[in-house]
Amino acid sequence: MLGETIRLAVRAIWRNALRSFLTVLGVVIGVAAVIAMVTVGQGSSAQVTQDVESLGTNLLMIRPGQRQVGPNRSSETARPFDLRDIERLIREVPAIETASAAEQSAMSAVSGSYNHRTTVVGASNAYLDATDWALVLGRRFLSGEEQGGRAVCILGETVRQELFGNTDPVGEKIRLETLSCEVIGVLEAKGASSFGSDRDDIVMLPVRGFQRRIAGNTNVNLIYVAVRDGASTDVAKSEIEAVLREMRRIGLGEEDDFNVMDMKQFATMLTGITDVLTGLLAAVAAVSLLVGGIGIMNIMLVSVTERTHEIGIRLAVGAQARQVMQQFLVEAIVLSLMGGLMGIALGLGLAAVAAQVMAIPFTPEPWVVLGAFGFSALVGVVFGYFPARRAARLDPIEALRHQ
Amino acid sequence: MSSGPEAATVIELRGITRIYGRGEAEVRALDGIDLTIRAGEFVAIMGPSGSGKSTAMNVIGCLDSPTSGEYLFNGVDVAGLDRDQRALLRRHYLGFVFQGYNLLPRTPALENVELPLIYKGLGAAERQRRALAALDQVGLAHRADHDPSELSGGQQQRVAIARALAGSPEVLLADEPTGNLDTHRSAEIMELLVRLRAETGLTIVMVTHEEDMADYADRLIWMVDGKIADDRPTKRGVRHAG
Repeated sequence: MLGETIRLAVRAIWRNALRSFLTVLGVVIGVAAVIAMVTVGQGSSAQVTQDVESLGTNLLMIRPGQRQVGPNRSSETARPFDLRDIERLIREVPAIETASAAEQSAMSAVSGSYNHRTTVVGASNAYLDATDWALVLGRRFLSGEEQGGRAVCILGETVRQELFGNTDPVGEKIRLETLSCEVIGVLEAKGASSFGSDRDDIVMLPVRGFQRRIAGNTNVNLIYVAVRDGASTDVAKSEIEAVLREMRRIGLGEEDDFNVMDMKQFATMLTGITDVLTGLLAAVAAVSLLVGGIGIMNIMLVSVTERTHEIGIRLAVGAQARQVMQQFLVEAIVLSLMGGLMGIALGLGLAAVAAQVMAIPFTPEPWVVLGAFGFSALVGVVFGYFPARRAARLDPIEALRHQ
Repeated sequence: MSSGPEAATVIELRGITRIYGRGEAEVRALDGIDLTIRAGEFVAIMGPSGSGKSTAMNVIGCLDSPTSGEYLFNGVDVAGLDRDQRALLRRHYLGFVFQGYNLLPRTPALENVELPLIYKGLGAAERQRRALAALDQVGLAHRADHDPSELSGGQQQRVAIARALAGSPEVLLADEPTGNLDTHRSAEIMELLVRLRAETGLTIVMVTHEEDMADYADRLIWMVDGKIADDRPTKRGVRHAG
């Protein structure tokens, strides 16, 4: 009987192919939007995780945090670190392989008639170790250059291209605003990060030079730490926290005035943002699915009115209310499932194209596809119920008289 | 002929009333009908419009419930049945033929005839076999694949008769079956009904406003104002009884 009903429903839908297609268009678009949003969102989350992990899973970042002080607990930025803090950390936490400051400032780099706005980073060689970053030309800082804060710099690939094209810049001079410094090396290209920022758009200076000649203070606002191979980042993290609390004289029960973040946490935080965005967009898309459902209800009501006479005939030959109800309900469900299938195909297609364009992995999730399919069946049930019930309640005599 | 006083009673109406509306607007479409129809009878119901003959047909056909009175179908009181129970009764014991044929449009004759069999829960092969047999009985087996729009009025009515017969009903209810047909086609339809009755022992109740058609029956019931004004054998009925 159910097989018969489904066959009947398909035929009724096919008989009005164009109208049926237009009816389900709302569901098609709704399902496609939800699937495309969620799939692209999943892809970018995967990309973010992958990018962050490529920085090194043994990497920790330490920043001074926010601290609440005073009677009305206003918040103020906590005291920054300095270079002695880094030396002490390395000395007192055995799990630390190496650590470097990473001070940043946006500046123009000039060479001859070429000018390029870039990010100047004050760091030590340890920064390159922590981020696993090799040189393609020249050399790293000498220890004398690091200690003395000499005006030497290592260029990222983008800066090299902007200022020197494909030529070898080692030994040339560049100017960072008023500071003139000698190029001693070029970093290998890392490409764009998942947020679109160019990681190769960088000029690296010894941190002491940066502090003295650019920042004009001895502050350190960001420390990169590489944890020794085989040592747990969680253990390293809690040891660092203990040492920093002591160094910064934070009493028992007081909150940390700094943050130690590992890359896993960082990735979780960033994917958290993309997940929230994905959720929001999918919710908006789901509203269009709802609108699609209302479209189905509308056409099913029209269909019940149009087919009142047919319903009368069926009742006369012995159809029960339940069977008429089932017929129209099945028709609505088949209709919205067809829409769901088309929507899944369209949504996955859109997501695949978007993944290509945005250079993120295309990761279709079975649960999203199944969920969308199930949801479109639900749309059919919910919005088919009312028209189907109306059909089932028709009086056979009235229905037969209806032409 | 199986009709006659010795045949079993199929339909028995006792004091049936059917009242529409309430108070001032009350209409007594049926006003105390007593009627007994035996197996194999061919009964014609006539009367001026508004006399209640269609209402009587709907009540007998279990499309409608009487307001009061008893309706015994094969000795079982069916007056108080609910919608779904009446649907079951129609499905298993009754067949309908209407003035307007009432075939499903854009649906081949064969599938139209299969319709009651779907609700009887028969499998596809058995349905098709029975539907073809029914079409053969009305002489339209060769038109099984045609849509109603490709058939003449007389042919459409014969498909409708085949549909009514396919479910092997005990009673065939025909509501002005020749109302839309010319004299020649009408005669064909009536002769078909008479022949089917003779072949299967079917009981037929027919509403008509044409005396020529009523003459094919063996009993004529004349209704006026919701009451039975006259109930007598037709010429044919007299001949048969004799």
